[in-house]
Amino acid sequence: MSELRFVIDYSRCIGCQACVQACEECDTHRGRSMIHLETIKRTDSVQTAPQVCMHCEDPICARVCPADAIKKTADGVVQSSLKPRCIGCSNCVLACPFGVPKYDGYVDQMMKCDMCYDRTSVGKRPMCATVCPSQALSFTTLEEIDRTRHGTAVNTWQFGGEVVRTKVFVMLPLNHPAIHVDRPDSRTPTTPARRSNDDVAALLEGM
Amino acid sequence: MAKLPLPLPDLIAQFGPHVNAAPPGGWQSVGEPDRIVKTHCCFCGQQCGIQLKVKDNKVAGFEPWEDFPFNRGKLCPKGVKRYLQNEHPDRLLTALERRDDVGFSPVGYDHALDRTVRELQRVQLAYGNDAVAVLGGASFTNERAYLLGKFARVALRTANIDYNGRLCMVSAGAASKKVFGVDRSANPWSDIPKADVILIAGSNVAECSPITTDYLWSARENGARIIVLDPRMTPIARTADLYIPVRSGGDIGVFNSMLYVLIERGWINREFIANHTTGWDAVERTIRSYPPERGAQIAGVPASMIVRAAELWGPARTSFLLHARGIEHHSKGVDNCSAALNLVVATGRIGREGCGYAMITGQGNGQGGREQGQKADQLPGARDIENPDHRRHIAQVWGVDESTIPRKGLTAVPLFEAIHDGRIKALISFCFNPAVSMPDGNFAREAFERLEFYANVDFFMSESSRYADIVLPTALMEEDEGTTTNVEGRVIHHRKVVDPPGEAKEDWKIVCELAARLGAGDKFRFTSPREIFDELRAASRGGVADYYGITWERIDREYGVFWPCPSEDHPGTPRLYEGYRFGHPDGKAHFQSVDWRPAAEEPDTDYPIILTTGRVVAHYLSGTQTRRIGGLVAQSPEPRCEMHPRLAESLGVADGDFVRVESRRGAVVVRALVVKTIRPDTVFVPYHWPHDRSANNMTTRAIDPVSNIPEYKICAVRVVKVSRPTDAMAEVPQQAGGLA
Repeated sequence: MSELRFVIDYSRCIGCQACVQACEECDTHRGRSMIHLETIKRTDSVQTAPQVCMHCEDPICARVCPADAIKKTADGVVQSSLKPRCIGCSNCVLACPFGVPKYDGYVDQMMKCDMCYDRTSVGKRPMCATVCPSQALSFTTLEEIDRTRHGTAVNTWQFGGEVVRTKVFVMLPLNHPAIHVDRPDSRTPTTPARRSNDDVAALLEGM
Repeated sequence: MAKLPLPLPDLIAQFGPHVNAAPPGGWQSVGEPDRIVKTHCCFCGQQCGIQLKVKDNKVAGFEPWEDFPFNRGKLCPKGVKRYLQNEHPDRLLTALERRDDVGFSPVGYDHALDRTVRELQRVQLAYGNDAVAVLGGASFTNERAYLLGKFARVALRTANIDYNGRLCMVSAGAASKKVFGVDRSANPWSDIPKADVILIAGSNVAECSPITTDYLWSARENGARIIVLDPRMTPIARTADLYIPVRSGGDIGVFNSMLYVLIERGWINREFIANHTTGWDAVERTIRSYPPERGAQIAGVPASMIVRAAELWGPARTSFLLHARGIEHHSKGVDNCSAALNLVVATGRIGREGCGYAMITGQGNGQGGREQGQKADQLPGARDIENPDHRRHIAQVWGVDESTIPRKGLTAVPLFEAIHDGRIKALISFCFNPAVSMPDGNFAREAFERLEFYANVDFFMSESSRYADIVLPTALMEEDEGTTTNVEGRVIHHRKVVDPPGEAKEDWKIVCELAARLGAGDKFRFTSPREIFDELRAASRGGVADYYGITWERIDREYGVFWPCPSEDHPGTPRLYEGYRFGHPDGKAHFQSVDWRPAAEEPDTDYPIILTTGRVVAHYLSGTQTRRIGGLVAQSPEPRCEMHPRLAESLGVADGDFVRVESRRGAVVVRALVVKTIRPDTVFVPYHWPHDRSANNMTTRAIDPVSNIPEYKICAVRVVKVSRPTDAMAEVPQQAGGLA
C-alpha cells in the first residue's frame, strides 16, 4: 500500500475544534493541544483554518536551532525539541514559516505537533485527522485523495526566494503547481482569491 | 412544595455545574487501559461509534472506532470529551430529599422510592390518575423509552406522559407521517454523496451534526450543488453553491416559489405524480399564488435566489433534502416540512439511490425515543394510542385489559400549562431538564414551584432537579446497556462500559422498582435491558417501526440494523420507499397543500427584532452534561448574542459589549458577538445555558397545532446595551449561568 499522507483541505474546515480537543488526548502530550485552529476574522466570516506541523523536508526550525535539539525521524516526521538539549531560545518559534512551534514555559521546551508519532509509527492515524468530522484534516493515500477529491494535493511552498517542501500536503484547485506565500509579483501568477462575500446584509441588498 | 430550598448560588456551590477537565487521576496518570469498549457517543442523533478506555473500572479516555461505518472514527468535540462524565465530581451518588432552608439531604434509595410512590399515590387518590405526569427524554435508550411509556400507562395509569423530543423532532415526524405514512428519514446517509443537488433547510450541520459534514463535502467532490437556507451564514452555508439567508419563518416562501418555478419550467415528474401520489391538484392550485416575487417577500430574500434554487433542484438527476429544527421549530413547523417534502415528491426523486430526504434528528435517540411509546399520543412501534387495533395489540403484549390503557395525554407545553394552572399536581421526570429547555422559561419554572410533589431522575443535579422533592441518581449511557436508533433509522447497541457510581441506579431498574411499589410488579419483572428489548420487539411487531427481527447479536454483527425489520431473516430497510411503495394504506405519497402564515409573534414597534435560538457545537441540549466538561466549557463558556454590525451600530453596541435581550416574557444579559454572518433583522442566542443566560426566557409557548412543537425559532425582542451585571447570579461561574 502507498504511504499514508497527511492532507489538509482548508475549504472543508467548519471550525468545530474536534481536532483541538482530540489532540490533547494524544498519549505523548496529554492535556496539551498542539494543533492550531485559526479563526480568520470572525466579524466578517465563520471561516477557520487548522494548522498542524507541515513537517518540512529540510526543517527550518531545526536549521535555526542553536542547540541541535530538533530532529527529524527517518520517515520524515519533525519531532518536538529534545528536552535535554532545548534551551528555550524560541529561534524555531520565530523562524517557522507556518507558525507551528510554541515554547511551553511549563515544561521549558519547544513543543509542537509530531503527527501523533506514537500512533502513526504503529500504523494508526493521527488523532486530529481521525476524528475530523469534515475531513479537512485527513490521513490517507494520495491515490485515495486523487480518487475522492476534486483538487490537487500540493506540498511545495515558495516563500520569497526559498522553496520549501513539506511532508504534509494541502488541497488546491486542480493543476495548481505550488503555493506562493509572499510573491504577488512572481512570474507564476497566484490564483486570485475568490472574492468572498460573507456579509449577509450585502446578499440582501436591493430587497 | 417545590420551591428552591436554598438560594441558587448556594445550590450551585454544592452541586455544580462544576467543570471536570482531566481524566481520572490527572493527565499524567493514564497509561495503558485495562480494556477498551466499543459503544456510541451519547450526544446527538448521529450516534457516532466510539471506543471508551477503561482503567481501574473508570472511564479514562477514548479511542476512535474506525470500523463503524457511519462515522469511521470521526467525532465532534462533544464526542471526544464525553468520557469525562463518569468520574465527574458532580455525580449524584445517593438519593436526595429536599429540606427547606437546608438544601438536599442524602437518603437511602429505598426511602426515596417509597416516598415517591407514596406521594404519587396520594395525589392520584385525591385528584385522579391524570394529576400525575411523567416526562421522559429522547436521550433515553429504546428500552428505557419503552419501559417508561408502559410504566405511565400500566403502573400509574396516567394519560399524561410526554418527552423532550416534543421540543425537537415532532414537526419533522408529523410531516413525514402525513406525506409518506412513516416517521423516519427515508434514506441511509450513504445516499447523500450520490446526490446531484442537496437542499439543506434550517440545519447548522457544522455545529449540530458535524459528522454529516464529510458526507456533504463528499457529495461536493462528486460534483453536487449545495443549497442552504438559514438566517445565519453557517460554516456549511459559507461555501454552498447557493446560500439563501431566509428570514426565520419564511421558508414556505422559498419552497412554494421553488415549486412554482419547477411547474413553470416543466421540471416536475407528472408520471410519478399520477401513479404514486395523491393531492397534487390542490398543491398546484395553491402554488399558483406563489410566484417567486411573493415567495421572496415572505422569505425576505431576493427572488433571484429562489429562482436559482429551482434551477439547481429542478433538472437534477438525483437529489437529497436535509431538514432540521430551523424549519421545524415553528408554530407552522409541520407545514414548513410538508412544503419542503413537496419538492421531493413533485420531482419523484425518492426511493432510489441518491434520491430522498432526511430529517436530522437532534437528540441522542431522537429517532428511537419517539417510537417506543413515551409520546403522549403513541404506543410502542410508533402506534397510535387512539387506534383500537393498535391498543388491542399492545394490551395483549402487556397483559392488560385494553380499556385500562389511558387515551392520548397532554404534550409537553400544554402539560406544563396544566401544572401551572393546577390540573397536574405531581411529576416524575427522567432525562429532561425543562427548567432550561422549555420555552418561556420563567413560566416553566413557575410551574415547577406549583407542584405538590416532584421526583427528578438524573445523574447530575440539573437546573430542574433543584425543584425536586426527591432526586434519584441514575446511570450514564456508558453505565447501562441498551439500543438507540440513529438519524438514519439504524438500530445500534450501546454497551455497558462501567458500573454506575455510588448508589446511582440504571433508569430501567428505577422504573421497575417504582412499578413494583405501585403494585404492578408482575408487569415489570425485567432483570436486564435485553429482556426489555425482547418485549419491545414483540410490542413493535406489525407496527410501522417494526423491530421484531432485530436482535442485539444482529446489531453487533451487522453494525446496526435498519427498521422496519419484521423478521430475523429480514435484512432491515436502509432505504425506504423502494419501488415507490409508500407507508400509507393506499401505498401513495400524499402531497400536502401548504399556505404560509405568520409566526405567533412577529416583530413590532415595541419588540422590533427577531430572536432565533439554536445550538453551538460544544454543547448538547440544556447543557446538564456538556456544561460540566472542561474542554467544552472552555470552547463555549457562555452564550453570546449574535448580531449584524448594521444592527449593532443602530443600537450603539460594539463587539463584546453586554446587551439585554428582552421579549414580552423574559430577558437575558449576554455579551454581543457582532458579525456580518447574520441577517440584520435577526439576533441569535444559543439555548444551552440557564437562568439569566437562558435564551428560553424569551421564547414563546406558541406551538404547532399538529405536532405541538414550540416556536423556538422566532419571537420578537428588543436589544439594549447595558453594563456588566453585578447581581448574585452574574457572580456564579459561566457554566452555571453566571459570568464569573
